[in-house]
Amino acid sequence: MADTTRKAARPVPPAASAGPKRAARASRRTRFSRRLTPWLFLIAPLALLLTFTYAPIANMVAYSFTDWDGVSPELTYTGTENYTELLTRSELFEVFFVSGYYLVASVVQIVAALYFATLLSFDVRFRNFFKGVLFFPYLINGVAIGFVFLYFFQDGGTLDSVLGLLGVETDHAWLGTPFSANTSLAGVSVWRYTGLNFVLFLGAIQSIPGELYEAAEIDGAGRWHQFRHIIAPGIKPVLSLSVILSVSGSLSVFEIPYIMTGGATGTETFVIQTVKLAFQFNKTGLASAAAVVLLLIVLAVTWVQRRIVPDEKVDLV
Amino acid sequence: MNRRKVLAGSIAVLALLASACTGTGGSSKGADAEAPDDPSEAKGSITVLTHRTDLVQDGTMKKYAAEFNKTHPGVKVEFDALTDYEGEVKIRMNTENYGDVLMIPAVIEKKDYPTFFASLGSKAERSAKYRFTDYSTVDGKVYGQSPIGVVPGFIYNKKVWSEAGVTDWPTTPADFLADLKAIRSKTDAVPYYTNFKDMWPLTQWTNVNGSVGCDTNATTKLAEGDPWARGADLRVADTLLHDIVRAGLVEKDPTTTNWEASKPRLAKGEIATMWLGSWAVVQMRDAAKQAGTDPADIGFMPFPAQQDGAFCAVTSPDYQQAVNVNSDNKEAARAWIDWFTDRSGYAEANLALSPLKDAPLPDVLKPYEEQGVKLIDLDDTKGAEVKSIDNQSEVGIYKPDYRQELVDLARGARKGSLDDFLSDLGKRWAEARASLGS
Repeated sequence: MADTTRKAARPVPPAASAGPKRAARASRRTRFSRRLTPWLFLIAPLALLLTFTYAPIANMVAYSFTDWDGVSPELTYTGTENYTELLTRSELFEVFFVSGYYLVASVVQIVAALYFATLLSFDVRFRNFFKGVLFFPYLINGVAIGFVFLYFFQDGGTLDSVLGLLGVETDHAWLGTPFSANTSLAGVSVWRYTGLNFVLFLGAIQSIPGELYEAAEIDGAGRWHQFRHIIAPGIKPVLSLSVILSVSGSLSVFEIPYIMTGGATGTETFVIQTVKLAFQFNKTGLASAAAVVLLLIVLAVTWVQRRIVPDEKVDLV
Repeated sequence: MNRRKVLAGSIAVLALLASACTGTGGSSKGADAEAPDDPSEAKGSITVLTHRTDLVQDGTMKKYAAEFNKTHPGVKVEFDALTDYEGEVKIRMNTENYGDVLMIPAVIEKKDYPTFFASLGSKAERSAKYRFTDYSTVDGKVYGQSPIGVVPGFIYNKKVWSEAGVTDWPTTPADFLADLKAIRSKTDAVPYYTNFKDMWPLTQWTNVNGSVGCDTNATTKLAEGDPWARGADLRVADTLLHDIVRAGLVEKDPTTTNWEASKPRLAKGEIATMWLGSWAVVQMRDAAKQAGTDPADIGFMPFPAQQDGAFCAVTSPDYQQAVNVNSDNKEAARAWIDWFTDRSGYAEANLALSPLKDAPLPDVLKPYEEQGVKLIDLDDTKGAEVKSIDNQSEVGIYKPDYRQELVDLARGARKGSLDDFLSDLGKRWAEARASLGS
């Protein structure tokens, strides 16, 4: 497409009447405007991207080298002091243990999503209904989910009454101990994000040409073999994307624990800790540094992951 | 490759630009907001930022404004109610546009008051008439005035307490624990409700400071000593909270408490006691009216500690109203603050302590008067220092975190002993003080 337009733009060989000079000038102008056009289209999105993504990040990086308290007109440049403080206070990184719960949960989440996506890619009764049911939680606002599940886990709340109907009488405070609370919260996060993974997987599975299944069936392959040899390799790029998203998501969990427990009872994550540093203790500088460090950690983890599992071209045929 | 370099370069340029922008200008320092000589002459339109979203929504604030206009016909008052007051005002204060009258957010450091607010007058002149001038005085000038004062205390359901056979206020923490145990065994009520999940009610425990030792220099002591030393006020308070939880005298699952729901429960006698402040009495009485129980059952008692045979209670200000230093209508704004403090009847409506020194005690505190509870005003000259130590140490005596940990410790969801926990807090406090002093 681009090639043909460029060809059309090429100046027509000068006719005798038109001077060679004039043609050259015209062509330079058209070439310039042609180069300019895509940028004109890009101005709006680029401006938005720069103002709302890169400028705040740049600002944050700048704050991370100061001792700003978030409101005072005075701020002093402190060099790398915030980073030194951050890296010498090991207790600030202990909260990453909490991410372990979410990491385990995301394995469950991916397996569940993959299972349902595979199941619903075959011809199942009510499949569109089930697709809707599975995707629905992802559409709900995270804050609302937090409140809903607060009632769910309450003493005598939804979970207890459902278990009661099944004849199980627990007297368990679901958010009462660090282990129980983190597991419950990670469960909520699985409930919320399974739908997203499910849709990603389903889309990838459906982009696999149907003839492959037919051919496989003729060859006598069962559902498991179809999954093992057609679906699994076919959705590998999406699978690795999901893993990257899950890992970085587990490292930066925020909404659900923040709304439900506020980080109490050992459920504090790195982002909650950062928010508390910035808005409770007015250490905006230190908190910015913590945010930068989290960004670097996520980038590093992603890089390592890409190294271990390189992105290969998938060729099913 | 080339493109990446360009991108990296442009980000670097942006970072430089941004860092150049971060220094906010705030050169107009030290303006005064003078009261108008003749109230009917004051003119202008003012915006009042307030945290009382409830009063703006139900029209109460409009009524105040109408009343104000009777004496100040030239001033137009508008209200801007903010749900997340602290968070939103903090961000707005990075600009010049933060209303004409506002409540001083807790985040602003005292030394920065002159950059943000116009002075209301000298301390010598204002302290003769008003309470709490100490809390907003910088270099002898006062920058804010709280329209009400509050006194901390236990809100309790009188019926439940008398059912348990307790009629006199307990005078020591041990007595208090014994009374709660009596409530547990003789009634169905939850003896004490922590409000753990909503967090801020736990911060109220810091207001015990001063009540135990009956010392007006309690705040100075925080700044200069270990708040959790043996016998220190905060240690006594935190130990009591710990013991209440440890003895199982609280709700079954603190992690899912609900503040709004706790109000009718206290009114109905399902909850016996909560540590809050005099400001909560009016809310509990409203809840009682709505629940169809007797509002007179809601009682209020001081912290169980006595000095020389008398209870002590500390008076403290609520949010303090101040005039924006960048306001174009400082006179009108000042007139509003004066009127709201002196004549609006806001303190009476909230059953709160009046900011005027010569005003009588509110109804709620009548039992205090009868029992001879001493009301003391703390000296707040070191208040700013305490706040910076608190932030620097990340202990957070005005934040809920450490008390949540304390409650977790007491109910066994966290390992460790109370002594170790409190001495660790003291250690962090001392370290922060040392690092700030250097």
